[in-house]
Amino acid sequence: MEHTSTLERVLRGLAIALIVTFFMFPIIWIVLMSFQTNETILRSPPSIVFAPTLSNYVALITGKLESAAGTLDIAFMRNLGNSVLLSTASVALALVLGVPAAYAFARHKFRGSEDIAFTLLSFRFAPPLLVLLPLALYFQDIGLANTYIGLIWVYQLICLPLILWIVRGYFEDISADVEYAYRIAGHSWFATFRKIALPLAGPGIAAAGLLAFIFAWNNFVFALVLASADKQPVTVGALAFVTASGIQYGQIAAAIVLSIAPTLALALYAQRYLVEGLSLGAVKG
Amino acid sequence: MGGIELIDVTKRFKSDVALDAVSLRVAEGETLALFGASGAGKTVLLRLIAGVIEPDAGRIMLGGRDMADVAPEERGVGMAFQNFALFPHMTAFDNIAAPLTAQRKGAAALKAGVEAVARLLKIDHVLDHAPRALSNGQKQRTALARALAGAPKVLLLDDPLRNVDAKLRFEMRLELPRLLAAQGATTIYVTQDYKEAMALGHRIAVLEAGRIVQIGTPAEIYLAPATLGIAQLFGDPAINLLEVTPETDAHGPLARLSDMRAPLDPGLGHAVGRPCVLGLRPEAVRFADADAPGAIPVTVEAETPLNEKVVSLTVTRRGREILVSRPAGAPGPAEGPAHIAIDAAHALLFDRETGARIAPRAPDAAQRGTAKRGAAA
Repeated sequence: MEHTSTLERVLRGLAIALIVTFFMFPIIWIVLMSFQTNETILRSPPSIVFAPTLSNYVALITGKLESAAGTLDIAFMRNLGNSVLLSTASVALALVLGVPAAYAFARHKFRGSEDIAFTLLSFRFAPPLLVLLPLALYFQDIGLANTYIGLIWVYQLICLPLILWIVRGYFEDISADVEYAYRIAGHSWFATFRKIALPLAGPGIAAAGLLAFIFAWNNFVFALVLASADKQPVTVGALAFVTASGIQYGQIAAAIVLSIAPTLALALYAQRYLVEGLSLGAVKG
Repeated sequence: MGGIELIDVTKRFKSDVALDAVSLRVAEGETLALFGASGAGKTVLLRLIAGVIEPDAGRIMLGGRDMADVAPEERGVGMAFQNFALFPHMTAFDNIAAPLTAQRKGAAALKAGVEAVARLLKIDHVLDHAPRALSNGQKQRTALARALAGAPKVLLLDDPLRNVDAKLRFEMRLELPRLLAAQGATTIYVTQDYKEAMALGHRIAVLEAGRIVQIGTPAEIYLAPATLGIAQLFGDPAINLLEVTPETDAHGPLARLSDMRAPLDPGLGHAVGRPCVLGLRPEAVRFADADAPGAIPVTVEAETPLNEKVVSLTVTRRGREILVSRPAGAPGPAEGPAHIAIDAAHALLFDRETGARIAPRAPDAAQRGTAKRGAAA
């Protein structure tokens, strides 16, 4: 154990506190804002002391936005539901398609395998706006515009390359001997994939899935163009708070708190899988 | 019917030839030690037999059946990997049970099977441990137990003792032959340790750069190595190598060492006049009296007692170093001037250019012996 002086420990604690404050401040500020009315938010100078109110959350959950100009209907809870549905379904589909593909790319070098893998990655290079217009036209022609299926399909542009490339790396890290050993013991390649490769790449698959979920959740532009109000996720739905009578900061803050809650909860839950060691010391180098 | 037969098996990786037309036959129940330096192609050979890689040419037969297009899981092979290759997310029990679950054994038979082989290898007390909680020796035994559990007809052991400590290696070297005999499987045992090869193999195949240079019983490999390289690899202390050009006199062929005549095997007449290397095992050299025939004057430089034997470093007048080995307790000079004599019957002669051994010919052939090229074993 390295010996550290008291001064060093104090300084180190101070530095960490500073960094954490810096990064956590926006989130803390948003949480505080979500319990304030627009008036208290906009007062000058700003203050941490205020009378907390749940009116913002009430407005979001009931869908009735009270403002100076009157009552406005908003579909925030529906948007939240859309976000959950779109992100979950997209990641699930990307995992079903991407994990076996990643395994194939990791274990079988066939003619053109690198090219195919790279093409899939290149979907991430193009700016979404470049493909959006033609995509919107096509979708209208084939009847996929403003459908969940159409959106989930387009979301594969975000999720699939991510999952494919991250999970492929994890599969490549598994010693081929471990898989050979299972096959020689008399199991089919599919059993080997299920019982050896999948569990060992588990932490990687969880990490990739989580990351893909966050990317899908945060997506804005695909849903903006390809979906109408009743299919839109929170990212697009939040635009409703920019009303004729002004920007509803309080409700925006509450909406943000509600919309980061699922991803935050997911990240905290998945954390233990992410830190779990991969190789677990069974192979000696 | 559990023999292994390889016919002209060739395997290339890109332009590197890993195995070059290797033919090999291992009889049912036999243990063949496959010996060679790293990179010689030993592991590739095992993997070809196990079916996890495919040969570019040639045929692999197991139990008389051609293994082309037979998947690894259908070959009935057990294999222990050099790096153990245990399943990290399963307990030792589940690791060992893997071949039995593949055979769809019932829970009771599974448990009985695993426990029997675990008891045999003395790891029955750690069956519920994960691989990371096992010591190296226990990992090695678990890997071995997994290979044995399915009672395979063919057992491939890829240097299983490489990564374990010296004490365990010695123990296992004693235990393994009994274990393998009880198993009755045809075994190929890969090793880089010549002692292991000699202790475990009924026969030894020496692999060098993708080719089999010699196959024979341990005694044949030790006493009649096919090449200079093999002679150097087998034996500790290493064989003495002296550059000589055999001559001949009335008694037959001889090698001149420090102006003294050391007689050679009479069958070596055909080697006379060729540049050769004389190989002398340290135990084929002994201390002798000064007036013994062919005694060579040397100076004893150092002596290393190795408990069961004593190895002395001697230097001839011309500065050639010769190691002399004698059983512990046998008298011999500790230092200073002495004389040595060589045991002609155990002197080996190699062609200096090709490294191939020049075998003594039968006496009648030796009569006709000229400077013709000697037959390599």
